[in-house]
Amino acid sequence: MKRVVPFCLFLVALLSSGVAMAQEEVVAEAAAVVSEEAEAGFSINAVDTIWVLLAAMLVFFMQPGFALVEAGMTRTKNTANILMKNFLDFSAGSVLYWICGFSIMFGAGAFLGWDGFGIGGVENPCPNLPKEGYFIFQTVFCATAATIVSGAMAERTKFSMYILYSVLISAFIYPIQGHWSWGGGWLSELGFHDFAGSAVVHSCGGFIALAGAIVLGPRLGKYTKLSDGKIRSNAIPGHSLALAALGVWILWMGWFGFNPGSTVAATGAVDPDCYGGGILDNMTAMSHIFVTTNVAAAVGAIVALIYTWVVFGKPSLSMMCNGILAGLVGITAGCDCVPIWAAAVIGAIASMVMCFCVRFFDVRLHIDDPVGAVSVHGMAGFTGTILTGVFAFPECGYSVGTQLIGELAIAGWSFGCGLIVFLLIKHIFGLRVDARIEEEGLDVYEHGESAYN
Amino acid sequence: MKKIEAIIRKTKFEDVKEALLAADIEWFSYYDVRGVGKTRQARIYRGIAYDTSCIERTLVSVIVRDKNAEKTVSAILGAAQTGEVGDGRIFVIPIEDAVRIRTGERGDIALYNAEQEK
Repeated sequence: MKRVVPFCLFLVALLSSGVAMAQEEVVAEAAAVVSEEAEAGFSINAVDTIWVLLAAMLVFFMQPGFALVEAGMTRTKNTANILMKNFLDFSAGSVLYWICGFSIMFGAGAFLGWDGFGIGGVENPCPNLPKEGYFIFQTVFCATAATIVSGAMAERTKFSMYILYSVLISAFIYPIQGHWSWGGGWLSELGFHDFAGSAVVHSCGGFIALAGAIVLGPRLGKYTKLSDGKIRSNAIPGHSLALAALGVWILWMGWFGFNPGSTVAATGAVDPDCYGGGILDNMTAMSHIFVTTNVAAAVGAIVALIYTWVVFGKPSLSMMCNGILAGLVGITAGCDCVPIWAAAVIGAIASMVMCFCVRFFDVRLHIDDPVGAVSVHGMAGFTGTILTGVFAFPECGYSVGTQLIGELAIAGWSFGCGLIVFLLIKHIFGLRVDARIEEEGLDVYEHGESAYN
Repeated sequence: MKKIEAIIRKTKFEDVKEALLAADIEWFSYYDVRGVGKTRQARIYRGIAYDTSCIERTLVSVIVRDKNAEKTVSAILGAAQTGEVGDGRIFVIPIEDAVRIRTGERGDIALYNAEQEK
């Protein structure tokens, strides 16, 4: 479906925007787009709108999912702080994405778009929906990318600096690379396919998280220098696996909006080469995506379970939770265009990659990632994007090469921007809290509140 | 035999534990306590500021033979000190008797493992 976006922009005359501020004009896109590729059902209609808004609600519901996972996997003394960070990045993201993010992401241009401040000047990328409906759908995706980073930077980041980062990701870092894939930019012209955002959302968030974790440094007490020079990694257990597990269930459910919602349509026929595999209409596409999403998550869970059972001797809940998420992230790029058996394989491989990476980043590279955000989102997203090229139905025409280019571009951009932003913050304002504050807990010192009384 | 009770900062517990183990003191209990003292911490709850007069600390409790009492106190003192107000207190209390539940042994022998003693 995302291939149609550049197609629309070619068909409809672009109004170059001067200054479209203040008043948001909701342009009623009533005219049907006549398409040469027989993509019917493109006139604005209520069923599509209901579906997309419902999906946006489900994706919004992923925010509490992330919040609970992060709260459950960190300590009680920092719980209020991590929850604040999660509320904040959604709130700041919603506002910044409205002010300029949407315009950058869906405006005209190859590298980045721009159609003025606000959403008024942007041409509606999806004529079958009201522009604001599509806008809110994209907003919750942006917020998902933003909230991934709080997990890797938990328990030691200054709250004020986190606000600054949230503004920058929602206003610039995410929309610019999102434009390349979904807004008609150069990656979509290359034929890069990332249906619901393994790369655009999850790799973006995951690699910014990596930059943040590296620049911040590990939590106090995470690594001990032993007398023989080796560095031992200490476990810092989360305070509530129950909250974390609930968070994962919520995320799994929310993903049923994240992936299938990206059809941005429920009615109408589609080009047989769009989704491939004999899928001829949006209803079938949506249903297929539900199935691939679920299968990937389930297989991801099982593989992580087996991995911990074999390697550590006991099946571990915390790793299984991460395995579910890794499977979900991995299938997100290709959920529309791979057969069900391939979804299982992608879920399995993404989960294995995540299991290895969690230990690799922690024990080998000594990068402290409290919830495993880098492995679950960054590395599993990387894997899923590449595997889409391997397993997609042949008639769609996706290639591993293009997927690799796209993924490297997005990961490189995200990591690079993240490094620059965090290094600048570190040297100008200081990114990390004082040792004393970190030891006693951020809740009391940063917010004057404790989560548990 | 003596009971050494130390009320220490929560953040100092790991250091105290390492110091005790280094001094060959291997069995002790600890629990979270709240206390009342001079330290005040400002909190805000839904817009209303309040002072907590309760202070969170950890209480470490060790029972040792008389000959080990002094080195236990020194170990805790060295590890728990930060130099700032609120470091805590150490108390030494005499103990009448000790019994090992598994075997029923009484006296000093219940506090240590005779075969592992150097």
